[in-house]
Amino acid sequence: MSAPTKAPSGADWRGVAAEHTENVSSTVAGLLRGRSRRLLGSLLAPHRRTLWVVLGLVVVQNLASLAGPYLIGAGIDRGIPPLLRGEGGGTLAVVGVAFAVATGLQVLTQRTFMLLTGRIGQDVVLDLRTRVFEHFQRLSMAFHEDYTSGRVISRQTSDVDAISEFLDGGVDAVVRALLSIVGIGVTMLLLDVPLAIVGLASFVPLFALTLWFRRESATAYRTTREAVAMVIVQIVETLTGIRAVQAFRREPRNEEIFAALNERYRAASQKSFSLMAVYGPGMKLISNVTIALILFYGGTRVLDGELGVGVLTAFLLYLRRFFDPLQDLAQFFNALQSATAALEKLSGVLEEAPSVPDAERPRALPAPRGAVRFDAVSFGYKEKVVLPGLDLHVPAGQTVALVGATGAGKTTIARLLGRFYDPVEGRVLLDGVDLREVEEHDLHRAVVTVTQESFLFSGSVADNIAFGRPGASRGDIEEAARRIGAHEFIAALPEGYDTDVRKRGGRLSAGQRQLVSFARAFLADPAVLVLDEATSSLDIPHERLVQSALRTILADRTALIIAHRLSTVEIADRVLVLSDGRVVEDGPPHELAAGTGPYARLHHAWRQSLHRTGAA
Amino acid sequence: MRLYARPYAGQMLVMLATALLAVAAAISIPLVIRRIVDGPVTHGDRSALLPLAALALVLGVVEASLNFTRRWIQGTSTLGMERDIRDVLYRHLQSLPPAFHDRWLSGQLLSRLTSDLSAVRRFFGFGLIFLVANVATFAAICTLLVRIDVFLGLVVTASLVPIGFLCARFHHQFSGVSRRVQDQTGDLASRVEEAAQGIRVVKAFGRRRHIVDQYTADSTEVRGTQLEKVRIRAGFASVLDVIPNATLGVVLVLGALAVGSGRISLGDLVAFITLALQLVWPVEALGFILASAQEAGTAAQRVFEVLDTEPEIASPAVPVPLTGPDGGPPVGRVRFEGVGYRFPGSDRDVLHDIDLELEPGETLALVGTSGSGKTTLAMLLPRLADATRGRVTIDGHDVRDVALPDLRTVVATAFEEPILFSASVRENVTLGRPDATDADVEAALDLAQARFAHDLPWGLDTRVGEQGMSLSGGQRQRLALARAVLGRPRVLVLDDPLSALDVETEALVEEALRRVLAATTAVVVVHRPSTVALADRVAFLRDGTVEAVGTHADLMATNHAYAEVMGDPATVVVPGQSRREEVRR
Repeated sequence: MSAPTKAPSGADWRGVAAEHTENVSSTVAGLLRGRSRRLLGSLLAPHRRTLWVVLGLVVVQNLASLAGPYLIGAGIDRGIPPLLRGEGGGTLAVVGVAFAVATGLQVLTQRTFMLLTGRIGQDVVLDLRTRVFEHFQRLSMAFHEDYTSGRVISRQTSDVDAISEFLDGGVDAVVRALLSIVGIGVTMLLLDVPLAIVGLASFVPLFALTLWFRRESATAYRTTREAVAMVIVQIVETLTGIRAVQAFRREPRNEEIFAALNERYRAASQKSFSLMAVYGPGMKLISNVTIALILFYGGTRVLDGELGVGVLTAFLLYLRRFFDPLQDLAQFFNALQSATAALEKLSGVLEEAPSVPDAERPRALPAPRGAVRFDAVSFGYKEKVVLPGLDLHVPAGQTVALVGATGAGKTTIARLLGRFYDPVEGRVLLDGVDLREVEEHDLHRAVVTVTQESFLFSGSVADNIAFGRPGASRGDIEEAARRIGAHEFIAALPEGYDTDVRKRGGRLSAGQRQLVSFARAFLADPAVLVLDEATSSLDIPHERLVQSALRTILADRTALIIAHRLSTVEIADRVLVLSDGRVVEDGPPHELAAGTGPYARLHHAWRQSLHRTGAA
Repeated sequence: MRLYARPYAGQMLVMLATALLAVAAAISIPLVIRRIVDGPVTHGDRSALLPLAALALVLGVVEASLNFTRRWIQGTSTLGMERDIRDVLYRHLQSLPPAFHDRWLSGQLLSRLTSDLSAVRRFFGFGLIFLVANVATFAAICTLLVRIDVFLGLVVTASLVPIGFLCARFHHQFSGVSRRVQDQTGDLASRVEEAAQGIRVVKAFGRRRHIVDQYTADSTEVRGTQLEKVRIRAGFASVLDVIPNATLGVVLVLGALAVGSGRISLGDLVAFITLALQLVWPVEALGFILASAQEAGTAAQRVFEVLDTEPEIASPAVPVPLTGPDGGPPVGRVRFEGVGYRFPGSDRDVLHDIDLELEPGETLALVGTSGSGKTTLAMLLPRLADATRGRVTIDGHDVRDVALPDLRTVVATAFEEPILFSASVRENVTLGRPDATDADVEAALDLAQARFAHDLPWGLDTRVGEQGMSLSGGQRQRLALARAVLGRPRVLVLDDPLSALDVETEALVEEALRRVLAATTAVVVVHRPSTVALADRVAFLRDGTVEAVGTHADLMATNHAYAEVMGDPATVVVPGQSRREEVRR
């Protein structure tokens, strides 16, 4: 990856900009880490009170578990001598009971602790999932076209999984580990100061090792996140296009691509495994060396008569319990690094501002009439200008057909009206209100777009039609289907309206899917209907049914129709012929057809095409 | 599973060995401590202290090195295994027919390829090793304990009974929940996928709220199941943890009494308890390990559900070469003989009793209303679906007797919804024919009126598809058409190939297509009279079978229903009332 040419600043790395970069400068790494930490903080914020309870539980639990070695030491030092002297086992019995109580308390607190942290973890994951999901839905089409659906999916599956794994295993261990280290550290100091100092000195190399691991693993996990995303992108693309993959024998080439991505993912994961292979045992090494040192030093001190054997024994027992949690801590830190890399990606997504933002102070559209005005609207994709400056007024109730060659700007006009994009300059107005000031929900109650690609969701036919108006009754749904002539084929399906259309409507033919998406739009009952090649896959009888339905449906509403088939254009009140983003002809279809302009030529060619076969 | 683990068996054994040795080293350290406490410290023998402490140091270094080795190998072996299975699963998914992919939500397949495989890998890298290592540790420690003191040692060993009982109960409770979580997570992934791919529709209807609510409801359900998992684990782990601690308490009291009665030495008791403490972690870890084992088990189940699905459409064991009548290259005589089709699990035929014959070079149009089975019939030729009755032959060979790659080299297909891959225009067009020359590509682009590709920023090297430049529907359709006609395939299947083209482009493409089709056997699914002009003959499908075959003009004149479907040009502009009535009928 190429290094940034400018000095990195916050702005260069906003949002998802840093996604493809693995080696980022320390400044940027700091920015990214801060961003993910803020996200984690905001996710945990609602659980602040529970977290305090958890902390309390951990303290109790640690005290209870610390009591174990202490009681053993006490049993040996104070319980056994009286017994040996034949003074009875009273003290020993007390120690035994105390041990039992401590154990019981430990079980109880641990159970509660696990339940509470489990709940916090699951709540955080739920919160994160819905936040990211909603934000992706909020981001504009321009973002989605660049980002690809595979990435969207990977962010919401494997990145969320990484965080969920961390919350599952990590949090339990760390609070406990930290507290028991602090607790045991203090206890050791109380037992014997010189030995404790030797023990605590081991923290210097431990800390250095941790710093090294943090730096290296951040890079490694960043690479892993990106590698797994690419694997998922490839899977999604293959599954989506499986028919073409098989028809054109792309399987071997896909296997090649996939094997390379899969191997890259493996190599990236192995890098982080290797780092962990150094980090975890490295900590073990430091702690084992420390134990040997204390054994020697402590043994010497006992021989010098400065220390009791019981104290040394207890100290050695504590020491192991002091170091054991370090392994948990290493595991936790590792999971945290992995989760941080995922959080970096997700916080980047959440930071992306929709290029079609929600209105800050939305203006209500209680009863939209459907008057549409384009006011000096210019628009382009990247560098290419599509609309150089369009002025257009469509009075409420008028049906306008857009005609013109590919690239003339028809679809762009439709998309601006549906607010998939915002104009670069100028305004699009509905009933005199700038679309940017209308709330999304209000806008799409007023303006509904039907496109050529009739995407259906898995679920029943009825569910898919009801998407136009959630909560619509079965009667309304059937009525909508009836009006556009979809009822007959739906009723003939094995389970009628309850038939599962399968993935992306795979059970239905392209024409049937288009009919369902028409029914969906009619059920939505908008003031403005935008049809972008919405009848391209229909057979002629159905197209006619749809057209005659449109005549009644469009009588009292505004419509913008894009169609290659002029049969659909004929039902319009007005035709706009576009060329390079400008209106070159404007008038009722029959008048234009009778003239000598571009529309008349198109119309003639189309009539020819109809008769060509008739004569054949 | 064993099959995929085999290449890594050696490495796994090394991991196990290092884990066991590390445990042995860890156990030895307390033994050395006992020697020091009982020996030099008690007897005031300074000279023995240093070598024994050095021994503890060496053991400590050895333990750390063994841990390092194990983790290092874990990275190479289990990740390699995960990659291998993922490759195999991906390959298998590519071999499963479209009917399978229609049935399965992609999110479910995706989660099997990702999170399920990770769960399996985690178990092999950690759970399995430590399951064995911990059992071994338990056995070793118990043996050592018995050697120190038989009675106390047996008391510790007896704690195995409640542990076994708990584990059995946990297994029973956990596996169902674990599977449910995985299934629900897969469904959630499917929701994510649909929301991402259907975002245009969601936005067109302003249904963000609706779809977010749906997703939240599903995520909340996953959360509920996860919490159930947490509850089971918490109950198991906390009770499990009490066992070694309670055992220690009992040992402490009994041990002290034994010391009191002089049966064992103080050093023995210290060593005994230090050793017994080493049992705490293996037992506590059992909770985690068993959970991981259960998750891996159910995840493997889910993976094998897919891997064990036999591809219903595959090359035969002994394929016949797809040759023409004289043993040379195929000429493209296509026959449908008594063909019927029904969707798997359905009890109704979509197609039945279809008999059609196409002479080499002949173009047959399939006409019928939406849902009449035209597309299904066309897809039987490249075997994207298999006839459930009758057979489809090319030059007398049943398509099912031919190797799939051979068949699909001879039969090229253009779909109604053009699918481009994230690759260069050139790669997309030469798909399946990597030996195509530049001239072939040019010819195909010309024919499909797709010369616009040269004007893209990097010409034919411009990356298109999802991860590339977005093209309009018409542009995509033209590239898909160029791909289908590249290299003049013997047999061509075109499913409504011109639906997204504007009238002028359509006329140009038709003109060019006519030349190609003159030499190619073709099945063309059409909706438009204009496209019918490409065909020599038309087969009219109604109620799942061929109602009539003939030229367009003949059918228009003789078949009322056909004229209906094709639309009488004279009535297109203003459909007559009576005609509408007839269609409704």
